[in-house]
Amino acid sequence: MIWQFDIIILVFMVVAAIIALRVKDLLGATLVFGIYSFLICLLWAEMGAVDVAFTEAAVGAGVSTVIMIATVFATARRSRD
Amino acid sequence: MTMKFFGFVAVVVVGILLLAATGDFPEWGDPHSPASEGQVSSFYIERTVNETKVPNMVTAVLADFRGYDTMFETVVIFIAGIGIIAVLRNFGDGAAHVPDPPEPDEGSDLIVRSTCRLVVPLIQLFALYVVAHGHHSPGGGFQGGVMLGASYILLALACGLPAAKRRMGERKAITLAASGIIIYAGWGVACMFCGGNFLDYASLDPLLPGDKAMARSHSMLVVEIGVAFTVTAIMFAIYSNLSTRGRLEKGL
Repeated sequence: MIWQFDIIILVFMVVAAIIALRVKDLLGATLVFGIYSFLICLLWAEMGAVDVAFTEAAVGAGVSTVIMIATVFATARRSRD
Repeated sequence: MTMKFFGFVAVVVVGILLLAATGDFPEWGDPHSPASEGQVSSFYIERTVNETKVPNMVTAVLADFRGYDTMFETVVIFIAGIGIIAVLRNFGDGAAHVPDPPEPDEGSDLIVRSTCRLVVPLIQLFALYVVAHGHHSPGGGFQGGVMLGASYILLALACGLPAAKRRMGERKAITLAASGIIIYAGWGVACMFCGGNFLDYASLDPLLPGDKAMARSHSMLVVEIGVAFTVTAIMFAIYSNLSTRGRLEKGL
C-alpha cells in the first residue's frame, strides 16, 4: 500500500462525489458517479481486496452506470433542485 | 433554511464522531487485529486449501462455507429482476405487433457497430473465463455474470435492442434466470440424495472425479455457473425494461 497514492485517490473521490451531487445535468452526474466507482475500485485493488474491486468495476462502474443512463434517457435529463 | 442548517449540523457532528472513531481502528493489514486473530478468520485461512483445494479463499467462503447465503443472494437478485419486470413491463394496448427488422438494425453508425461486433465475443469469452476460473483467481459467478449481461447490453446499445433481443429474448432471459437458481438449489438437493446435508458438497464425491476436497472444488464451479446464469439474464432484463419503459422496442 502506497499512502501517497491512497491520498490522491481519496481526494479525487471526494471531488467526484461533490461534483456528482452538484451537477444539474443528470447524465453528467451519472458519468461522474462512474468515475467515483472506478476510483474506489482502484483503492480496493490497491489494498488487496481484488475480488471486491472486480465486483465494483463490473457492477458499480459498468452495469449500474449504464442502467442509470438508461433511466435518465427514459425520464428527465435535468435535475430540478 | 432551518432544516438545511440542522441537516448541516447533523452531518458535521456525525462526521466528527466517525473520524474520532477511526482512531481506534487497527492498522491496515495488522495481523493482530481482532478480525484477523479471531477464531473465524483462522478457521477459514487454515482449512480452505486443505479441505477444498481452492486457492481463492474469498470464493471458497462465498460458495462453499457460506453457500447458503450466496444461494439466497442469487434468489434476491432473481426476485429484484422479476419485480422490475413486473412493475415496468408494458404490453401496450394490444396493438399490432411490429416484427423486428432484419440484421442491419437501426441504431448507431458503421464504426460503432463493427467495433461492437469485434468486442462483444471477446467480452463474453473473458466473462466465461472469469466464471470458470473464479475459484482459482479473482472473479466468480457474480462478476462473470455481470460481464456477460454487460456484453448483451453493449450489443443493445450499439446495434439496437432487437439485435440483442434475438439473442436474449424475454422468455429466454426469465427461463435462464430461473434455471440458474434451480442449478444452485438442485446441486444442494443432490448433496442430500448422496447422504449429506443441503449444500454439503463433500458428500458428492462418488459422483465427481477426485476425492472429497476436489468434489467441493468442482461443486463450487457448478454453483458459480448457476449464479452466472441468473445474474446475466437479470442484468439484461433490467436494462432492456428500463431503457424502453417496459415496451422492449427500439431501445436507446
